Amino acid sequence: MTLVHRIIPCLDTDGARVVKGVNFVGLRDAGDPVVLAARYNAEGADELVVLDIAASRDRRPTFLETIRRVAAELAIPLTAGGGIRTLDDARAVVRAGADKITVNTAAVVRPALIAELSGEFGAQAVVLAIDAKRTSDHWEVMVRGGRDATGIDALAWAEQGVSLGAGEILLTSVDRDGTQQGFDIQLTSAIACVVSVPVIASGGAKLPEHFAEVFHDGAADAALAASIFHDSVQPIRGLKEFLAARSIEVRLPC
Amino acid sequence: MKVTLIDYGAGNVASVERALQRLGAESQRAAAPESLGSAEALILPGVGHFAALIRALDERGLRAPLLKALRRGVPFLGICLGLQALYDSSEEAPELHGLRIFHGRIRALPASVKLPHMGWNQLRLVGKSRLLQGIAPEAHFYFAHSYAVAADTTAHSVATCTHGSEFLAVLEQDNINAVQFHPEKSGAPGAQLLSNFLRLAA
Repeated sequence: MTLVHRIIPCLDTDGARVVKGVNFVGLRDAGDPVVLAARYNAEGADELVVLDIAASRDRRPTFLETIRRVAAELAIPLTAGGGIRTLDDARAVVRAGADKITVNTAAVVRPALIAELSGEFGAQAVVLAIDAKRTSDHWEVMVRGGRDATGIDALAWAEQGVSLGAGEILLTSVDRDGTQQGFDIQLTSAIACVVSVPVIASGGAKLPEHFAEVFHDGAADAALAASIFHDSVQPIRGLKEFLAARSIEVRLPC
Repeated sequence: MKVTLIDYGAGNVASVERALQRLGAESQRAAAPESLGSAEALILPGVGHFAALIRALDERGLRAPLLKALRRGVPFLGICLGLQALYDSSEEAPELHGLRIFHGRIRALPASVKLPHMGWNQLRLVGKSRLLQGIAPEAHFYFAHSYAVAADTTAHSVATCTHGSEFLAVLEQDNINAVQFHPEKSGAPGAQLLSNFLRLAA
């Protein structure tokens, strides 16, 4: 009897449709978020993350409607984010059906946002997303979809975020994101060592071995991926069976 | 039968509503004292901070009608904070009184493990359960909390869970049922549990 390692598909959306592409370049349509959400719910995903990567103000109502339609399909937790800058933004997302809110750039710009969200919704509902990139001897926090450097040390930011009230860290390796070469194990274990909250590893996943490695050596509590799930390169059920066979605790729904 | 969801502004009311809808159950939200008077079955969903729930219940004048309904024997299901609220008090907000139906204090889970206890975990059955009927013993349920009722605090436990220490996961006592996890987010086993509650309440 133990807390299992979670597998979390992520839907990057333009508000309405799931999109694929790096840094908004060459975006292509990857499907209907509602259809994918229903599929992942049935296939045994442990949670779902839905992001509005465009996060433009005028498309906000569209994204909230997407959250509503996605939430209606799910009997598992839903995290939503992208463009949440204020408590009111977060309230709208929660009202639409999200169980957790994820913040990234806006929290770097104004760290007090984390405390505000945690105070209102509880730490268990606040996921601090950190995009980290290796520079000489440490990892630096990147913002605006991994494009802009901040000079902030990722480990220090993770610790600060948790002390402000984040209940989970969604850690993306900017170096590995989109490479399909595996998670950044060093980065993940470094962050997992300094924080007392669960860490979700993201960026670089392709093979089942990558997941085993990040759980085993990276000390991750959960692992997130997008396109390998969308394209059925890696079915969730098969992935979990692979992990279970290696004595990694997972949930295999009947 | 219509299920009344106590709506004190918690984030998961809509999730519970959707889960009931999927089961074909009718539900209504109640945010005012008078709407609890005629309730046939009550669910108190909760997530977040103990103080938020207790203050909201008191500010909306829901404490007295809720206690009255519980005494009247109305079938009740507390979820997460909705379980914790049934006890005397919580370390999370020591200055506030819970509903005091059960005695004991809600305590923080040990700092030796990652907190919040977030994700899917299994139960250990310690008594005969109505809510868990037809659910495989190895089923996982979704938890999201940092505080809990220590397993040895209460005599009404039918199942426990362990994260750092053993704590109360399912409570059943007469018309009062409560779970520390979120059945509305726990896939098929969660749906089965809610459906068991609906059958008890019918």
